[in-house]
Amino acid sequence: MKLILRYIRPFMKRIAGGMVMKFTGTVIELFLPWLLTYILTAIVPRARAEGAGIVYIWGGVMLVCSFLAMLFNILANRSAASVARDSTRDLRHDLFAKICRLTSREIDRFTTPSLISRMTTDTYYVYRMTGMMQRIGFRAPILVIGGIIITMIQDSVLSSLLLILLPFMGLGVWFISKKGIPLYNTVQNNVDKLIRIVRENLSGIRIIKALSKTEDEKKRFSGINSAVASSETKAASMMAINSPTMQFLLNMGLVLVIWVGARRVDSDLTEPARIIAFLQYFTLILNAMLTITRVITMYSKAVASANRIDEVMQGEEESSPAAACAFEQKLPHICFDHVTFSYNKRAPNVRDVSFCLMKGQKLGILGPTGAGKSTVIKLLLRLYDTDEGSISIWGNDIRNIPLDTLRDMFGVVFQNDAVFHGAAGENISLGRGLTDDEMIQGARDAQAWDFLTEKGGLDADIASRGQNLSGGQMQRMLLSRALSGHPDILILDDASSALDFKTEANLRKALTEHHADTTTILIAQRISAVMHCDQILVMDDGDVCGLGTHEELMKSCDLYREIAQLQLGGEYDAAQK
Amino acid sequence: MPPRSDAPGHRSGKATRPVNKKATVLRLLKYMMQFKWLLLLALILTVTANTLALVGPRLAGDAVDIIAGEGTENAGSGVDFAAVGRLVLLMLGAYLLSSALNYVLQLLMVRISRRVTMRMREDLFNRLSDMPVGFVDHNAIGDLISRIFYDTDTINTSLSSDIVNVLASLISLTGSFIMMLTISPKLTVIFLVIIPLSILLTTLITRKTQPLFRKRSKKMGELNDFAEERISGLKTLKAYRREDYTIGKLDELNEEVCDSYYRSEYYSSTMGPSVNLINNITLSLISVFSALMYMNGGITLGNISSFVQYSRKFSGPIREIADIYGELQSAIAAADRVFQLLDEPVEPADSVDAIILSDPKGDVEMQHVSFGYEKDKTVLKDLSFTAGSGKLIAIVGPTGAGKTTLINLLMRFYDVNSGKILMDGMNAYDLTRASLRKAYSMVLQDTWLFSGTIYDNIAYARPDATRQQVEDAAKAAHIHTFIMSLKDGYDTVITDDGTNISKGQKQLLTIARAMLVDANMLILDEATSNVDTRTEVRIQKAMRELMRNKTCFVVAHRLSTIRNADLILVVRDGDVVERGTHEQLMNMNGFYRELYDAQFS
Repeated sequence: MKLILRYIRPFMKRIAGGMVMKFTGTVIELFLPWLLTYILTAIVPRARAEGAGIVYIWGGVMLVCSFLAMLFNILANRSAASVARDSTRDLRHDLFAKICRLTSREIDRFTTPSLISRMTTDTYYVYRMTGMMQRIGFRAPILVIGGIIITMIQDSVLSSLLLILLPFMGLGVWFISKKGIPLYNTVQNNVDKLIRIVRENLSGIRIIKALSKTEDEKKRFSGINSAVASSETKAASMMAINSPTMQFLLNMGLVLVIWVGARRVDSDLTEPARIIAFLQYFTLILNAMLTITRVITMYSKAVASANRIDEVMQGEEESSPAAACAFEQKLPHICFDHVTFSYNKRAPNVRDVSFCLMKGQKLGILGPTGAGKSTVIKLLLRLYDTDEGSISIWGNDIRNIPLDTLRDMFGVVFQNDAVFHGAAGENISLGRGLTDDEMIQGARDAQAWDFLTEKGGLDADIASRGQNLSGGQMQRMLLSRALSGHPDILILDDASSALDFKTEANLRKALTEHHADTTTILIAQRISAVMHCDQILVMDDGDVCGLGTHEELMKSCDLYREIAQLQLGGEYDAAQK
Repeated sequence: MPPRSDAPGHRSGKATRPVNKKATVLRLLKYMMQFKWLLLLALILTVTANTLALVGPRLAGDAVDIIAGEGTENAGSGVDFAAVGRLVLLMLGAYLLSSALNYVLQLLMVRISRRVTMRMREDLFNRLSDMPVGFVDHNAIGDLISRIFYDTDTINTSLSSDIVNVLASLISLTGSFIMMLTISPKLTVIFLVIIPLSILLTTLITRKTQPLFRKRSKKMGELNDFAEERISGLKTLKAYRREDYTIGKLDELNEEVCDSYYRSEYYSSTMGPSVNLINNITLSLISVFSALMYMNGGITLGNISSFVQYSRKFSGPIREIADIYGELQSAIAAADRVFQLLDEPVEPADSVDAIILSDPKGDVEMQHVSFGYEKDKTVLKDLSFTAGSGKLIAIVGPTGAGKTTLINLLMRFYDVNSGKILMDGMNAYDLTRASLRKAYSMVLQDTWLFSGTIYDNIAYARPDATRQQVEDAAKAAHIHTFIMSLKDGYDTVITDDGTNISKGQKQLLTIARAMLVDANMLILDEATSNVDTRTEVRIQKAMRELMRNKTCFVVAHRLSTIRNADLILVVRDGDVVERGTHEQLMNMNGFYRELYDAQFS
């Protein structure tokens, strides 16, 4: 809630103005039933004496009040909408900016889907509430309190009937929601199960049909489908108590007014016309109460959302050394010195990794999945900081290099990297201000230009998540992005696995011809992709089990030899001889 | 409900056809007719409950009159408590009964709507299960799921609550009107002004806001897509230092979204005050005219009271009906999507004289087979080959060349355009689909496991298998030791997408599953492409076990794995460009050679 307040504070003046208008409008409306009673009790006797003109005048007053009430309410609503717009805009901006600056560790902690839903769903709930609160959340209490005040002034005994009823209504709503909400959790769990079955069936349709399991799957679905239905029935039946009960309490109030009113008229404590006003005030107030219970549900949802947003806002940001150090270029270019790192701070994911690369050298990293290959490059990019040991570029510890300077040196393709919705050129340049020629050259080197020209060149339309590209095209797109900036250091993590051998060979050729002095780190599953590198780092389960050239490793590293034999087969040995 | 504009768009394989509203509504009604008796009961309850609620204000008015001493002989003297008491009790009774009936009605509607959803979901799921594989291939899974869940849900909220609400509103509307007429026809004349006024106002505002609301959902969808995409690609953005640039782009979109929200709200938020204005004008007019009539004794205080209360009941429903109209529109659109899915053709049934393939030898032959996923785009042209019992057939080629297509045809996931597939000398199309498919066991690139225990997953194809057989299969697939190392062993539940086990282990589990299937033919579709080399060494042994004595079709990525195949088909752009054994192909010095050499260049 503090978070929401922080974001609406700059608009306090506007909010205050809106509230004054809302207050005025609502109070005017509250006077209307009172005016009716006044006409019937005070004006009618006068009109009987003076003529009907005065009735018209008071009727005119009522009409004017009606219009004023509308005017004020509309103005207030519009001001509320503008506050909601401006505060949400600021909140969303800050949240997104914050997400962009979170450390990778924090991103892992929150998880990507959760960050997305905080950015979309949660900001929406907060938006809805800031608007709703100003419009209805303020109006309803005024109606209740103002109504009670007016009725108190008119007849405190009748009015106290209302005060007796209100807690009952509140309690009723509270009780039913308390019972109902856990029931809805069960529903949600069952629905999740059902969705899972459908998803499984759709993705596994080949297996299911191959094994003739269709009928069994139908039964499985049917079972959970009825579970969903029955749990939903249970929850909805509980909530169904709500509205008839409220309706009944409201009507009880009316009955009580008449009964108690009769007694008071009999004792000359009140007038019959007042009962009419009371019947109206009761309806007004109790309806407002119902609105309040609705607003409270929405409020609690929004607060939950605000808290989720606030969690992100408290997240740790990447820190960058402020001073732009003009570092001297001492050899070698990149150096890992006994680097150890663990994601969860328990078992290390990378243990005691050391290697040095000279300018223009190529390093291949090879090893089974989960060996720590990708972790090495994430450490180099300082997406994570090492636990032990140090990484240096041109002899400077990367922790002392400003992040901007550091990351500007790189061209990167990650494993399963992102392609964005938009033009191809936009995807390649990412707003880095590259010229068309630079991008086209990059795409040529990446073997992407041929298929891009077919699709419309740099203007080619790329669908969200690259859905209109094949796996190979996607990788070439990403390679274009990495190559066209002509980076000092090129990092390719599994960036050519979907390319056929021929295209991969062409890519390799382009790299040697146009990017010869680029220091390169290549991660691959296929030995053919790394066997020509100056150095090959073989990793297994976080450990380095070999570093050297292909020939050296064939002699010294068992794992490397095993992989080589499996992938290249005996044929290779024969070809070498 | 969060804005669902970001939900997977409702793309279907076909061009979107215009919604035929009338037909859809009729069909929906027909669907509802399955529950006609329950619906009739609901109708009766609605009418009764709402009529009872309408009696209240009248009784209250009468009570006010008695209190005021009007229309009774003993005017001026004390209040006739006996008469007031009677009325109060009647009111209490009417309200209590009305609330009780309302409660019963709600329970009933909950049950009806749940049963309709359940039935609808089941129909959809069953239909989907019987559809050809091609349909699922060509439709986004997210879209199909959203039809089964969200569309059915939309239809039902609308059917269960909206229909009752419309009905209740209509009863309130007409009931109140009749009541007002009986109280004072003269005062009711006011509504000749009020009704057109409120209809005019409502339509004016709705017409103004509807396009704005559409625009705002569209913008919100764009923003959600953007956020999803960029947050997913955060590491890339960081690596290229594009944070500020991206934030700038978000700001542009955000500005548009917030603005479109403001615009729509600017107009839509006039709705509430406008409806209140109409209520208040009504009240003002009633006040003036009833006061004038009251002056001349033309109306009693109690009548004024009842009239005012009825007038309040009268104006509410007009707005409600306008709201509900909008909801019904979206329900119709949802129903259309649901019916569209229900109308998709299922796999044609086996012909009546189809032969059940029993104990196949495993001789497979393709004769002049042509096939295309789309009519005018042929993927395979005039393909013929023979795979004798126990032979190994390998299919190689670059990605996207049509290797998997062959398997789709063998399994009859798709039907050929022309040509013949023979199975032990019989036309495969004369066999029942189930028996043909059962003749194969299959390991695919996508390891498919469902949420259940490891045991259930292995025994999936053969629920009758003994524990021993399942464990033997797991041992043969070299996964038994791993399973036993888990806390719950074979009873370990595989959670969503099998995140608690690695990809390689998943692959071994599917191999174990295939081992349990006692088939004479085997299909391996890039079965080990996602597995790292270390694991592959282990899988290789399991694979050899699995392939022994079977007719095997292997789609391969790594050429080294299929060198000993009896026949290698080299596929390129849909054509089988070369065929032969490894040695023959190498000597041909063609495309295969090129591919093979590229590995070592």
